[in-house]
Amino acid sequence: MSEPAVSVGANGRQLDVRRLLRRHGWTVGVYVLLFVLILYWRSSTAVPWGPFDVQSVAIDALPLAFAACGQAIAIISGGIDLSIGSLMSLVNVVAARWMVTMSLREAILFMLLVVLGGALAGALTGTLIVVTRVADIIVTLSMLFVWAGAALAVMTIPGGGIPPRLGTLVTVDTVVTTWLPAALVILVVVVAVIWIPIRRSRLGLALYAIGSNRNAAYLAGVDVARTRIAAYALSGTFAALGGLALTMASGLGDPHAGDIYTLNSVAAVVLGGVSLLGGVGGLVGPIAAAFVLTLVKTVLIIRGVDQNWAQVIQGTLIVVVMMVGGLALRQKGKSGT
Amino acid sequence: MTTTPVPETRRLDVQRLLGDNPAIVLTFVFVALFVATDIVNRVQSGHAFATPKQLSTTFLYAAVLGLIAAGQTLVMLTGGVDLSVATTATAAAFTVSRVGTHGAAEAIALALGVGLMIGLVNGVGVSIFRVNPLIMTLGVSVITLGLLTVEAQGQFTSLVPDFVATLGSERVLSYIPYDLFIWAPIAAVIILGLRYSGIGRMIYAVGDNPVAARLGGVRVWQVQLFVYAMCGVLSALGGILLVGFNNAADLGIGAPFLLPSVAAVVIGGTSIFGGSGGYAGTIFGALILTVLDSLLTILNASQATRQILYGLIVLGLAAIYARASSST
Repeated sequence: MSEPAVSVGANGRQLDVRRLLRRHGWTVGVYVLLFVLILYWRSSTAVPWGPFDVQSVAIDALPLAFAACGQAIAIISGGIDLSIGSLMSLVNVVAARWMVTMSLREAILFMLLVVLGGALAGALTGTLIVVTRVADIIVTLSMLFVWAGAALAVMTIPGGGIPPRLGTLVTVDTVVTTWLPAALVILVVVVAVIWIPIRRSRLGLALYAIGSNRNAAYLAGVDVARTRIAAYALSGTFAALGGLALTMASGLGDPHAGDIYTLNSVAAVVLGGVSLLGGVGGLVGPIAAAFVLTLVKTVLIIRGVDQNWAQVIQGTLIVVVMMVGGLALRQKGKSGT
Repeated sequence: MTTTPVPETRRLDVQRLLGDNPAIVLTFVFVALFVATDIVNRVQSGHAFATPKQLSTTFLYAAVLGLIAAGQTLVMLTGGVDLSVATTATAAAFTVSRVGTHGAAEAIALALGVGLMIGLVNGVGVSIFRVNPLIMTLGVSVITLGLLTVEAQGQFTSLVPDFVATLGSERVLSYIPYDLFIWAPIAAVIILGLRYSGIGRMIYAVGDNPVAARLGGVRVWQVQLFVYAMCGVLSALGGILLVGFNNAADLGIGAPFLLPSVAAVVIGGTSIFGGSGGYAGTIFGALILTVLDSLLTILNASQATRQILYGLIVLGLAAIYARASSST
């Protein structure tokens, strides 16, 4: 725990290669894994691999990538957000129920409002954690059920819809070449616009500080309560983005659409090199991990594995990742203390 | 300065009463809720709810939740939580109806075996690989549900054996539910076992302070493995009674019991951090939630309202207990 995870921002420029590799080794590893998976995926398709395949994986991975970003921020700050999945479901049904009759411009405005709503919902969760002093896990577990109930109240069975043009924005559009799906560009731009300014601000530093050592952060003058609320607000923002991505990809609202994202987002975060103890990691790794998890399922389905079996295998893989991560933590605990 | 202590101490007394002796307060809540349901039912339909028949029905319904929450109590006493209980119950219910044609004994044995397997997987992940219990059990739950979905697509005759159906839905002497003959002895074993047996004391020790327990010679991983395995078996037992009651199994049969199982434990006064509480409180928790469920049914509350309400109950109670334990 003595590793100064906080000091990246200021003097990160003139680091030597070894240090860079040690610090980002895991993230680089995840990208290598992603690259290998892509090659394998490319060799396992029957028909020539084309822009359409890239497009479809980008669509599949987009909601998970956003969810992983939200979860990563919550975990970096020393918490965990189990309500991400059901908040995504809630956003999904809200969007599909009310956007169905809207024009494209109204829908885009509405989406901004929904993202704001997600931020507020996350802030509410954070406030409850700070005020009640109940463990993050219990509060977010309770909120998981509250949001899931709210989603069911909006829509009991799948339905609704979105303006057709909005769906094609994510599922069909490409930027410059047909090999670059708009979904990917949206992901990169949104994450860059939201995260980079925060990461470089006092708030970003504070997020890592409270995740690394809460008492030390408090003694150093960090407003711990406000930072924790901000972390959950960011998590809620990304959950809302994930829910919207889900809506745009499927064109439907489903009160259970987000269910699997609670677990999968945690898995992506762990695979992405963020320590469950907090204070370590970033968003770049978890995003790659989200693509890895999505690709694993895609490749399995291409290889003729039944959809449900693919789900089982993906779940098993996630549990194994957690176990390996658990062992790693254990080793670290032994050497550290 | 001088005016504040008065309300402060009074509130603390109620909390202390709740903390030290939950049974008194919980009995009061149970009776009050029963009476409230009676009043609502009289107003709505003109029928009384506070009848021996309804009391017996409450126990009949509560047995499933009581058994699932029994496993949850053991796990939560060690400071963990098991989010796979509902899927385990579903798996057991599905197994019973899947192999029901082979007879009741084989169906029940297989269902309990399935529960034990799931519990052991959870236990190994949590105790040996040190995976966060929430994540481990959630992951196992997803895998189990996937396997069940695959299995459910196959061709088979589903049949719930008569013995299981009787056990889960009928009464002897018109007032005593059969499932009470399962639930009551198990409850007695758990309550006494937690208090007097070695493993019972170790469960509290691990939940209270795992490091101290380890230094005191307790093999923490064995205790954890034991509670998760037991939780799997008890959830499976709950699932068997559930399929007996419904007389058919679908893949969503256990899902409504997940949050109530946690809520029953928390209502019963078991600390979410482990180390204090017990099964007696959980029994009251299960009874209270069952009456609450009847009340919500009478009021025509949707599944959505119930989920939100259960979420808020867990959150509210956790906050009250957290405050009570931090002020003593």
